[in-house]
Amino acid sequence: MSQAAKPKLALYWAASCGGCEIAVLAVNEKILDVAAAFDVVLWPVAVDAKVRDVEKMPDGSIDVCLFNGGIRTSENEYMAQLLRRKSKVLVAFGSCAQEGCIPGLANLSQREEIFRTVYDEGPSLDNPAGTRPQPQSEVPEGTLHLPIFYETLRTLGQTVRVDYYLPGCPPEAENIWTAVTAILSGNLPAPGSVIGSDTTVCQECPRTREEKKIKKFYRTWEKIPDETTCLLEQGILCCGIATRAGCGALCPQVNSPCIGCHGPTEGVHDYGARLMSALASVIDSNEPEEIDRIIREGIPDPVGSFYRFSLAASQLRRKRRAVPA
Amino acid sequence: MSDNPTFEPKILGFCCNWCSYRAADLAGTARIKYPTNVRIIRVMCSGRIDPTFVLNAFALGADAVMIAGCHPGECHYVDQNYKAMRRYGMLKHTLRQMGIEEGRFRLVWASAAEGQQLAEAITQMVDEVRKLGPLAWAANWQENGQRLEALEAIVHEHAEAMEVLA
Repeated sequence: MSQAAKPKLALYWAASCGGCEIAVLAVNEKILDVAAAFDVVLWPVAVDAKVRDVEKMPDGSIDVCLFNGGIRTSENEYMAQLLRRKSKVLVAFGSCAQEGCIPGLANLSQREEIFRTVYDEGPSLDNPAGTRPQPQSEVPEGTLHLPIFYETLRTLGQTVRVDYYLPGCPPEAENIWTAVTAILSGNLPAPGSVIGSDTTVCQECPRTREEKKIKKFYRTWEKIPDETTCLLEQGILCCGIATRAGCGALCPQVNSPCIGCHGPTEGVHDYGARLMSALASVIDSNEPEEIDRIIREGIPDPVGSFYRFSLAASQLRRKRRAVPA
Repeated sequence: MSDNPTFEPKILGFCCNWCSYRAADLAGTARIKYPTNVRIIRVMCSGRIDPTFVLNAFALGADAVMIAGCHPGECHYVDQNYKAMRRYGMLKHTLRQMGIEEGRFRLVWASAAEGQQLAEAITQMVDEVRKLGPLAWAANWQENGQRLEALEAIVHEHAEAMEVLA
């Protein structure tokens, strides 16, 4: 295949941890097939290509863009818009781009609180002058700009049109490979769909399930669970019941509950609502006070437990903010 | 607290077909007065209320949500109102952490004969929410005017950098 005939591939990271980049490399030697099949035009973590080069390209000239990370700053949004314009197929790659993921939990704090923690109160911090980044500063050579930090982290899909979603924190190598080959062969599902399994983690979990009736939720450090019975039946808050399959139930197999990194199954508009609904059915009590106590004592951080990966994509998106009049 | 005396709360009410909707109906035929702030949606059972519905109502601009069902032990579908009770507990716990006051989300029981009680519960809730003021949830995720400015600054700087190189 000649160099000119290769489809163009871009990979970009916005507000993310870098794990998605590692996940791409986890396809192991197949990465060579990816390199052979695509002309990589942008991949900040691995390839020396500049944003400027992308800006010069005609619109729609990148065949596939795998975009990971949420939209936290104006630079993230700029890149999302740029890559949307330049790409034929834009894939929200991984949980951050799809539903905000861990960075999205910052939506439980106000921007000022985040800045105070990061620039004033961090234990490893030495900032006596209380310096904070300024969106604009004057220097002898002219005016310098820094991207601004948004009040609320948004998902890629809340920012630009997304063609496909690849779930997972990070996506499984196998699923990445399935997606890449589907794109290469042109054998793609309907735009807007999530490339992944249709069932829940419970379907892949080898534990035995009987009746779920629980009187107490245990936090993971409170109990060493038995290795063969359903974790939820043992009172451990396992999110498998509401989470998309595709990981092979990795966590339950090592005696750790599913925390929901593959996001909701098809047709679910609010992952946490689904999980709350499912968990409510397993509580073995019909007394309002007892129900409240079971929930309050066993789930001290409900948003962090039900929306660990999906707060930014949930219907409420964030904690209430004091809105200036 | 609301300082706007003309604020009329928008409250979404989910009433079950067998008890609480009939209670609302009875309140009507008996000419019992209650405020018009509640928009009632009839569902077959309070157990039908998925937490998604409630969250969606808040996200779309409801100031409060009321779920009304048959009294415990009297559900037309045997025990589904207990399910509603437990979901309510879960959701209430979550909404507290999201910054939504408890008075904005209520679960009440009303039998088909309790038009008066339902009207009183609605009146009380409307008064309480009026004191709490508007929720206007969508304003929570709006960025301030700096956003567009910052985006324009990036476009402008990149364009300038291109010129220097050319």
